[in-house]
Amino acid sequence: MSGFHTAMELVLQGDASLYAIVRLSLLVSLSAVVIAALVGFPFGAWLALTRFPGRDAVIIVLNACMGLPPVVIGLAVFLLLSRSGPLGSWGLLFTPQAMVIAEAILVAPIVAALARQTIEDLWLEYRAELEAMGATPLRRVGALLWDARLSLLTVLLAGFGRAAAEVGAVMIVGGNIDGFTRTMTTAIALETSKGDLPLAMGLGAVLIAIVVAINGVVWGMRSYGERKAG
Amino acid sequence: MRAPASDLPIVLAAVGVRAGTQDILRDVSLVFQPGAPTAILGPNGAGKSTLIRVAAGLLQPSLGSVTWGGLSAKSLQRRAIVFQRPVMLRRSVAGNLAFALAAAGCPRAHCAAAVERLLARVSLGALHDRPARRLSGGEQQRLALARALAREPEILFLDEPTNNLDPAATKAVEAIIRDADASGIKVVMATHDLGQARRLCGDVVFLANGAVVETAGAADFFSRPRTEKAAAFLRGDIVE
Amino acid sequence: MLRRRLFIAGLVFATLAPCAYAQDKSIVVASTTSTQDSGLFGHILPLFKAKTGIEVKVVAQGTGQALDTARRGDADVVFVHAKAQEEKFLAEGFGVKRFPVMYNDFVLIGPKADPAGVKGTKDIVAALKTIKAKAAPFVSRGDRSGTHSAELRLWKVAEIDIAKDKGPWYREIGQGMGAALNTAASMEGYVISDRGTWISFKNKGDLVIAVEGDKRLFNQYGVMLVNPEKHPSVKKELGQAFIDWLISPEGQKAIADYKIDGQQLFYPNANDPSA
Repeated sequence: MSGFHTAMELVLQGDASLYAIVRLSLLVSLSAVVIAALVGFPFGAWLALTRFPGRDAVIIVLNACMGLPPVVIGLAVFLLLSRSGPLGSWGLLFTPQAMVIAEAILVAPIVAALARQTIEDLWLEYRAELEAMGATPLRRVGALLWDARLSLLTVLLAGFGRAAAEVGAVMIVGGNIDGFTRTMTTAIALETSKGDLPLAMGLGAVLIAIVVAINGVVWGMRSYGERKAG
Repeated sequence: MRAPASDLPIVLAAVGVRAGTQDILRDVSLVFQPGAPTAILGPNGAGKSTLIRVAAGLLQPSLGSVTWGGLSAKSLQRRAIVFQRPVMLRRSVAGNLAFALAAAGCPRAHCAAAVERLLARVSLGALHDRPARRLSGGEQQRLALARALAREPEILFLDEPTNNLDPAATKAVEAIIRDADASGIKVVMATHDLGQARRLCGDVVFLANGAVVETAGAADFFSRPRTEKAAAFLRGDIVE
Repeated sequence: MLRRRLFIAGLVFATLAPCAYAQDKSIVVASTTSTQDSGLFGHILPLFKAKTGIEVKVVAQGTGQALDTARRGDADVVFVHAKAQEEKFLAEGFGVKRFPVMYNDFVLIGPKADPAGVKGTKDIVAALKTIKAKAAPFVSRGDRSGTHSAELRLWKVAEIDIAKDKGPWYREIGQGMGAALNTAASMEGYVISDRGTWISFKNKGDLVIAVEGDKRLFNQYGVMLVNPEKHPSVKKELGQAFIDWLISPEGQKAIADYKIDGQQLFYPNANDPSA
């Protein structure tokens, strides 16, 4: 319970560094989700609508990638972005951008795999009708993405959950630098290692509250959308 | 590419459709001419829906050929189809129509006005903003007809357009079909409602077990069927 | 549709862009968990920034890992505490020059119940021998950190080949100082910690200092600029400015002023060239 009290105190005091950490966490997670969506939705839609030899294998690999170990991705991105790595000249290691890259790689397969399933289900339903309407392939994909938007919103939520809860990869590529790359999760890890367990629990409670709030907002959007579009 | 001057007549020559080892259509040769609506009659499983899909150009026959106005163009530009169970897009009534209009190439600027015109034509103006999937069966059927009419078709294929509808809804749908016919659209409809065929159609294709058994003018078909199968079907016997 | 795409692209860009410019007057310091977990940086870095406008970004790792980070060119300055490893780093040409900064000492932490019976003694080597003989639970960092190096050195002095002689009582956790203390607290084990982290540690539970004051528990911190000849990306002026400040009277005073509950955590000794 002391964690809950600490959480209340943190929020009520309006601790500036807490807000900075929350802001960075949201910024990194949401940016990663947006990038993952820009890559994952078109890829998922393409995979849902095309048939080619080896498609099953691609789907299996994609589904498996939903469980990519964050630490491995973190390490791979670290080695890529390190000054001694191939992309070292970008100077991105230990920056929020590096964290966004790692998170986007973790989230993109989730978005693509779940979008593929969602869109394929809808395609089976819509196929005859869209063909009869003479819709071009581009228009078909557009219709499927738009009409599946409420389900795809939930897909984004799953991706966001993964990004917001992740600690291993962001710790490695971000370095948990105070005021610069410290997120909710790395701050919790740090406070735990400092033995300040109530503060760690307090931060944890704040993180959970934020995730719940975002889910609530999305749920509201879904319900509204469903009333409007059926 | 410009649409051909006309998609009519539609000529099916020795068309066969196989699914696995089963023949769904066998050696079907037919001509659909401009004029009064054509009814495709026959018991369940006779191949009515398949025939409609082949004639609409949505299904490639396994054997034989289909031409539209003398061409084998597969483009759907002058044809429209309403399926037996039309799928409503997860959008509003107007959204469904707007999509159909856009897919048919209607310029964006004319779209809004066209939506209103079509909704009025199927008497759904009041349900403009309603989610299409919340409509009743009859309303969905009317919206599906509006979507098909949005293509400004020369030929309109209908597959059991009033299946499972109550009398009032059936009446509304038939009014729309009459209206389409009156505006010069060739209607080809599969139905097992003999009364409906009698009310609406000028000629009849009678199908049984994947083959054309009889084609005739509606009046002749209903009063003097030439084949024993057709006579049995009209009597209400089970025809295989 | 297109407008929405553009909006999203703009959003992503706006998210990423500001960070790229914020880097200009900042350096990355690879340092140890003990300096971070003890809160020292939280005390001195704002003073340094107020004076110079340079932002110091600290990546806290074990000493060995921090030196590796610097070897790869991912840090401008290393601030660690394992003299032998630091000298190797210099000899390899990765560092420019090592400056001693401050010291504190290691302490042997153990449970109040003191199952090995070493509490209050002054001889760390004898205490380790007793722990081994009684197979009392002992938590090792096991992460090539400065504290881990110090621990291994002490086992050597005690003539115990810990790699060979360790039993189930010896737990290598491969994590930072705080995690090692948390582990010791939960399993009632002994652990070697730097005093700074110990004083600031908040989850002491039943843990107390068992052995302290042995000369061999001395813990020296040094700071080095990463060699710009190896890694041109190193910000040598800004990095050297930080080092110069750390060893200046002002920086040294800031270190000495950092106290928790009246206890001083680190003792500046930049003026001792042999440290």
